[in-house]
Amino acid sequence: MTDGARSATRPGRVPREVATHCPYCALQCGMILRADDDRVTVLPRQFPTNRGGLCQKGWTAAELLDHPDRLTTPLLRDAATGELRPASWDAALDRIVAGIRAVQDSAGPDAVAVFGGGGLTNEKAYALGKFARIGLRTRHIDYNGRFCMSSAAAAGMRAFGIDRGLPFPLSDLGRADTLLLVGANPAETMPPLVRWLTEQRQAGGRLIVVDPRVTATARQADLHLQPLPGTDLAVANALLHIALTEGWVDQAYVAGRTTGFEAVRRSVAAWWPARAEQLSGVPVADLEATARALGTGGRVIILTARGAEQHAKGVDTVTAYVNLALALGLPGRDGSGYGCLTGQGNGQGGREHGQKADQLPGYRRIDDPAAREHVAGVWGVPADELPGPGVPAYQLLDSLGTLHGPRALLVFGSNPVVSAPRAARIERRLRDLDLLVVADLLLSETAALADVVLPTAQWAEEDGTMTNLEGRVLRRRALRPPPPGVRTDLAIISDLAARLATDDSAAADAAARFPADPSTVFAELRRASAGGAADYAGISWDRIDTADGVHWPCPSEDGPDTPRLFADRFATPDGRARFHPVDHRPAAEEVCATYPLHFTTGRVLAQYQSGTQTRRVAALRRAAPEAFVELHPDLAARLGIDDGDPVLVTSRRGELRAPARLSAGIRPDTVFAPFHWAGAARANSVTNDAVDPISGMPEFKVCAVRVEKA
Amino acid sequence: MTTRIVIVGNGMAGARLAGELHAREGDRKVTVLGAEPHRAYNRIMLSTLLAGRIGEPDVELTEAAGHGIDRRTGVPVTTVDRSAREVGTADGERIGYDHLVLATGARAVVPPLPGLDPADLPPRVVPFRTLDDCRRIIAAADGARSALVLGGGLLGLEAARGLATRGLTTTVVHHTGHLMERQLDPAAGAVLAGTLAALGVTSQLAVPATGVVADDTGVRLDLADGRSLRADLLVLSCGVRPDTALARAAGLTVRRGVVVDDRLRTDDRSISAIGDCAEHDGTLTGLVAPAWAQARVLADVLTGTDPLARYRPRPVVTRLKAAGIDLAAMGEAVGGEPGEELTFTDPARGTYARLRIRDERLVGAILLGDNPAVGTVIQLFDRGHPVPADRRALLLGRALGTTAAAPAASPALMPDAATVCQCNTVSKGALVRSWRSGARTVDAVVAATRAGTGCGGCRDAVTGIVDWLSEAESVEVTR
Repeated sequence: MTDGARSATRPGRVPREVATHCPYCALQCGMILRADDDRVTVLPRQFPTNRGGLCQKGWTAAELLDHPDRLTTPLLRDAATGELRPASWDAALDRIVAGIRAVQDSAGPDAVAVFGGGGLTNEKAYALGKFARIGLRTRHIDYNGRFCMSSAAAAGMRAFGIDRGLPFPLSDLGRADTLLLVGANPAETMPPLVRWLTEQRQAGGRLIVVDPRVTATARQADLHLQPLPGTDLAVANALLHIALTEGWVDQAYVAGRTTGFEAVRRSVAAWWPARAEQLSGVPVADLEATARALGTGGRVIILTARGAEQHAKGVDTVTAYVNLALALGLPGRDGSGYGCLTGQGNGQGGREHGQKADQLPGYRRIDDPAAREHVAGVWGVPADELPGPGVPAYQLLDSLGTLHGPRALLVFGSNPVVSAPRAARIERRLRDLDLLVVADLLLSETAALADVVLPTAQWAEEDGTMTNLEGRVLRRRALRPPPPGVRTDLAIISDLAARLATDDSAAADAAARFPADPSTVFAELRRASAGGAADYAGISWDRIDTADGVHWPCPSEDGPDTPRLFADRFATPDGRARFHPVDHRPAAEEVCATYPLHFTTGRVLAQYQSGTQTRRVAALRRAAPEAFVELHPDLAARLGIDDGDPVLVTSRRGELRAPARLSAGIRPDTVFAPFHWAGAARANSVTNDAVDPISGMPEFKVCAVRVEKA
Repeated sequence: MTTRIVIVGNGMAGARLAGELHAREGDRKVTVLGAEPHRAYNRIMLSTLLAGRIGEPDVELTEAAGHGIDRRTGVPVTTVDRSAREVGTADGERIGYDHLVLATGARAVVPPLPGLDPADLPPRVVPFRTLDDCRRIIAAADGARSALVLGGGLLGLEAARGLATRGLTTTVVHHTGHLMERQLDPAAGAVLAGTLAALGVTSQLAVPATGVVADDTGVRLDLADGRSLRADLLVLSCGVRPDTALARAAGLTVRRGVVVDDRLRTDDRSISAIGDCAEHDGTLTGLVAPAWAQARVLADVLTGTDPLARYRPRPVVTRLKAAGIDLAAMGEAVGGEPGEELTFTDPARGTYARLRIRDERLVGAILLGDNPAVGTVIQLFDRGHPVPADRRALLLGRALGTTAAAPAASPALMPDAATVCQCNTVSKGALVRSWRSGARTVDAVVAATRAGTGCGGCRDAVTGIVDWLSEAESVEVTR
């Protein structure tokens, strides 16, 4: 089964089928959607990433298409009762436009903010950024990818001059002699990827996992390093220290392809392994074995994910692993390299086309005059009309409704009430807004706070492109139109733009400027991205169809795409990768007598992100029905907690209640909770809102808590 | 007015303090005066340099540089004028300070033996302390075939290991009955001696040296038992003594080291001391970790970042890690109040572990050889956290109790509720039901249940269950 039409399977009836991809994570598994009478079923599809595999989330993805909870009409908050009531599209859009005008008239264009998501298609992410900048004329747009990819993105940009999660195809994992996963748990977060890990080990490769927990992935590893949360950077510096003392640094590569090594060499001289051992708890012998496997293996790949990245020093932590990879001469070497495992479905494309506060399409900087000229030209406006950079997601959310912050917010494809750090505070900020608009397919916890809720199409009801974790641009294909009363995000943007116009001719112009048709938007996106770092100019939907996806950069329709980056040069002005010395620093919040335990968060296999979708799928709910607090049996015994007991986790910011789950696979000084649940079980009530100074990434992965029996 | 801070010493402590000061906000002028002519370097790496595994540039440390930092190397300070608040250098320059920090470190002790004049050591007799010492040892080792190391403490053993790595037949001479007697008990010392022997380092124990005879070609070390040992060079590793000459001359209180309080202040409010030259609460540090902690506290105090910062010594962990040796020692090796004692010895593999526990806390530990829990033990000791209920986890390694549950030997013994496929939450019972519903091959069972369609890791288990069901059925049919 490959992309394209398929023949009927039963005589007399022709079930409609499309070849598309899973709606959830960045692996974007290939799948077939089949409409049979009123039923939509999912079939796995051979695609170079998932090779016919699907996890339970993918198999059950169609269940939400006709789910009773699905929104099929706009909702307006009734001023009298305070309740959300069904309303017409006209009434909903009028209310939004009136609200936008009111706050912008009194407080200027920046009084409106837009919050997007890493699950939106490239077309939607692009249109949203354009709508914010020239439809609303606000500088305030950012998205939940800030909570996901921003640290790896910033580290990649400063080292390589480009940010593409994997600069090589996923299949390279299967050929690696040594594979180091840092803070990644694909066995739960993207199970079909594990097929590559199995292949790797069957071919004799070594898998090394760095994680504070014995995860499903760590259990498969040849070696598992179990550091204290927040010490991954020191581990990386110690690995490089060992590589230096053992003579495993690729001196010719360092001399020929990089700059800045000397400063890194001196900084890691201070990270002798015993020092990192005392800080992280990872035995020196294990550090040495890891360094040896990395330094003497043939094809060696180092991958980071959220465990390393979601820290107030996330950029520096990723940089430490990039430094290690560069010192060993990995990036650009066939079969080797550094990469990051992107999280959200379009976490990659979503960060390339203007949804980010400081960015214009094609991964251009919004403060770069040439970039502004180019994009303004495509958009048909003078460059000086484009606003400047806004602020990163958490800062934006935390400013909402405050004296100088935005007073209206439009949310597309995100649920910050569950997914933002220090979520109770963000919930209050959202309540303080004059106008909160949420476009979603379900009544998420954020939508439940909104003044206006707009029902949107689901993945099986829209066309467009997604860019997966390999930088491979894929086609999402519509199986059926949205149900009556439901519109696509692009149609909503188009409608809003037209209604915001002051007269009929301006409205016609606006509608033309913000087309609802995704192929038209993609054609414009290609022009806007042309010449940028993430150049899509040569990518057409047809080309994607014939080629199992197209890897950017792809500047020309006739020219090749780029499955592998960095073979000859890096995307820096001088073509060399850049080392940056980085040093460990403590977590933003250290444990103390009152809050003596480390708290860390993550995901489980059968749920996805804020759980808006997966918590409503019956099979997934059965598999992972509720939140839990994972703690070591020794810790539980000291606290008088038995397996299943209700537990209260308290930080300086809030609390979380969930049943205890005892596991010897977690450090006794650390507790874990998944972040998919809302209400009392919301893990992000507890997390720390300290952010990385470069990326704006919040410190989801470590803070200080107290645990007691509830 | 800009505060002028003068740091005497560009070693592990002084260089670190300059970096800590530079990292903090504020306008100040920091002058670092290093007696050695080198950039700041990592003393801990000198044994690796000695072993010939790295070059001199590899031991260089990051030096704070830029605005407000004036660093001068090869400039010994010879005087402190407290009333004028000036220091004088060997070449006669006078440098004013608002605050003076002594980070003068320590000097290698040259034992009082006939034939050893500290001011004029023979060319083939070298202490092991500085980069220049290291250069001299390497020069002497060039073409040499044998070496003696006097002193079986941590540094002496590191030097011996380094020399052995260079291919020299190396002998450690130690005055007491077992190696590293300050950190180890006799049993651990014996295992360590065995480990070293396997690495080409012989130990001569319980024999004080009585004299040295050396010329340009070799060294003879005379021992109290009447023997004499000969070698091409002799490395002295007989401890260090804080370098307090400046402080004494300036009239500061000096006991073994320059006496400082919790803010690292001497009895002159304008003068502090950190690192190996300082004595805090009756204790000399002699290690990097406390010196760096002192640098951090002093920087907080001097810059006003945290005027209430106080130096609180943490328990000391001694770590010897060289190719083939893995030793961690901490806390009380012997003596102390009674408590739990756990020991594990595997002499054949050179493994020794001894844990001393009181009130659920580690009060001492010695881990030698392959001890997978060494990182955990060090953290428990360092942080004073309670030990695991099952102490074996500390003696035998972290893997205990955390490995995946082994798959049931036979599918027949597996409970129906057991999850076989995690990715799609498929239980054994669901697989059996699909079989009963007519699925007769692995592919058919997979298609019916989705087991094995995620990561694919349970494919073997699914196959095993299908085989078991097939066999059970054929038995029934046969019967």
